[in-house]
Amino acid sequence: MEMRAVYAQCMAELMRQDRHVCVLDADLSKASGTRGLYPEFPQQMFDCGVAEQNMASIAAGLASYGFKPYIESFTPFATRRICDQVAISICYAKQNVKIVGTDPGISAELNGGTHMSMEDVGVLRSIPGIVIFEPVDQVQLKAAMPVINDYEGCVYIRLFRKQLPDVFPPDYSFRLFEADKLREGCDLSIFVSGLLTADVLEAAERLAVEGISCEVLNIHTIKPIDRKAVIESARKTGAALTVENHNVIGGLHSAVLEALAEEKLPVCRVGVEDRFGEVGKMPYLRQVMGLTIENIIATARRALALK
Amino acid sequence: MDLKEVCKDIRCDIMSSIGHLGNGHIGGCLSVVELLAVLYFEEMNIDPAEPKMAGRDRLVCSKGHAGPAVYAALANRGFFRKEELLTLNQGGTNLPSHCDMNRTTGVDMTTGSLGQGFSCAVGAALGAKLEGDGARVFAIVGDGESQEGQIWEAAMFAAAKKLDNLIGFTDYNKLQIDGSVAEVNDIAPLPDKWAAFGWNVIDVKDGNDVQQVSQAVKQAKANLGSGRPTMVILNTVKGCGVSFIVEMGPGNHNTNLTEEDARRAIAEIRGGK
Repeated sequence: MEMRAVYAQCMAELMRQDRHVCVLDADLSKASGTRGLYPEFPQQMFDCGVAEQNMASIAAGLASYGFKPYIESFTPFATRRICDQVAISICYAKQNVKIVGTDPGISAELNGGTHMSMEDVGVLRSIPGIVIFEPVDQVQLKAAMPVINDYEGCVYIRLFRKQLPDVFPPDYSFRLFEADKLREGCDLSIFVSGLLTADVLEAAERLAVEGISCEVLNIHTIKPIDRKAVIESARKTGAALTVENHNVIGGLHSAVLEALAEEKLPVCRVGVEDRFGEVGKMPYLRQVMGLTIENIIATARRALALK
Repeated sequence: MDLKEVCKDIRCDIMSSIGHLGNGHIGGCLSVVELLAVLYFEEMNIDPAEPKMAGRDRLVCSKGHAGPAVYAALANRGFFRKEELLTLNQGGTNLPSHCDMNRTTGVDMTTGSLGQGFSCAVGAALGAKLEGDGARVFAIVGDGESQEGQIWEAAMFAAAKKLDNLIGFTDYNKLQIDGSVAEVNDIAPLPDKWAAFGWNVIDVKDGNDVQQVSQAVKQAKANLGSGRPTMVILNTVKGCGVSFIVEMGPGNHNTNLTEEDARRAIAEIRGGK
């Protein structure tokens, strides 16, 4: 099932359970997968039209009234375009608003550079108190949504909206703020979030054939990062690699570097090297941005050589 | 209750709190005094003993830099002790320069980044409609603030969603930091703009005449049930009530004020009509 369909199912469930849960759109409810819910929830869903800043502050006003609003848009418009509204109307004012950004990084594909946010995590990560969550698959998303809904405060959900391969088993139990260990290893720690997680597992599999043992941690909550898990794993293996569908500045790589700032070990990276996106399909974009399994393997070898 | 006397009290408290500190947003605080007096002392369903009362009316001062005026009104209305006004903008205060709902008793929305508070007020008005608790939301917008695109996004949404429990006020004092509003980036014709956005519009000739403001608010209330939000445009004077502040022109937006200046201002306010 597509991630947006799972997300919409979760929202329907949450809205049925609590009339204070509501959804605000900025003319992209079809992309977010929630358009079909409007007839069932006329008192809980509001399309603000193409006015994201207004949507964010209206959500804050609703939250001040005890509602639990979710605002939806493409990642660039849900983050960098409304950065001040997220910072002031929502986070500074301590309003319980959830932000759902779809099509992160290269997954914006044919919408191209204007719609391709390589910096959304970086933009939001420096706002005090915000939580940043990026799901890996439908199992994790489904498990996370009720937990996130119960969390009192602003959470940004960085949502790839199409189909993703299942990484987690059906009985997966989600813990907000705690990283998930996907693979035990002793030579190298790989920290990954979102879209590229399955690729990292494939890379780890291939490296194992060469006798290289990788530990893989899914950092689903990029902020606050699970410092304990990151430091423990890196100390054990002595080398680290971050893999992300985001600019290497400001996102997962930066967060891991901050956690490991006092550790003496190499931290290599696979991510977007400080450049804007461009139009293209995913295979092309993976190539030009270096987000390939081959590059993950090559960079893993480099990290090991630096030990 | 003599609202003119209330206005004098609020004005004096603004001047003494800012004078104690040494500087502040004096001009735009003094221009909204009559409105605050009418709302807090005549109109709003609020209870200082229960500041978070369910179904209470909300005031959102979207021009958040008028915080000191809001605090003076709240203190006079009994939300906190008047002595606290002298902590304005001191480290650790509950009375920061711009309104903060998490710090100040009686403040319902955090504002200061211009344009945002008005959208928050629209969200609160929508919330009140959904709850059906009968609350009304009053929102104060600056004229310079009306240059923000977000004001007009919110205006469009409030009309489209028929939020007739929302009453906005524009403090049209005609001045902003860099000069006159007309010179910097003119917002005229303001009544026509709000009418074109689907709002009831009430144009108040003298927004510093407490009787005219009171009548306008009563007229605005009559629009509840009309399916349209109402904008009351208050033609005001920036710095109203203190002649040497008015004479500063655009410079009175944020200016120094000694305690001696404050005493002089208070003497003028107390001696005024």
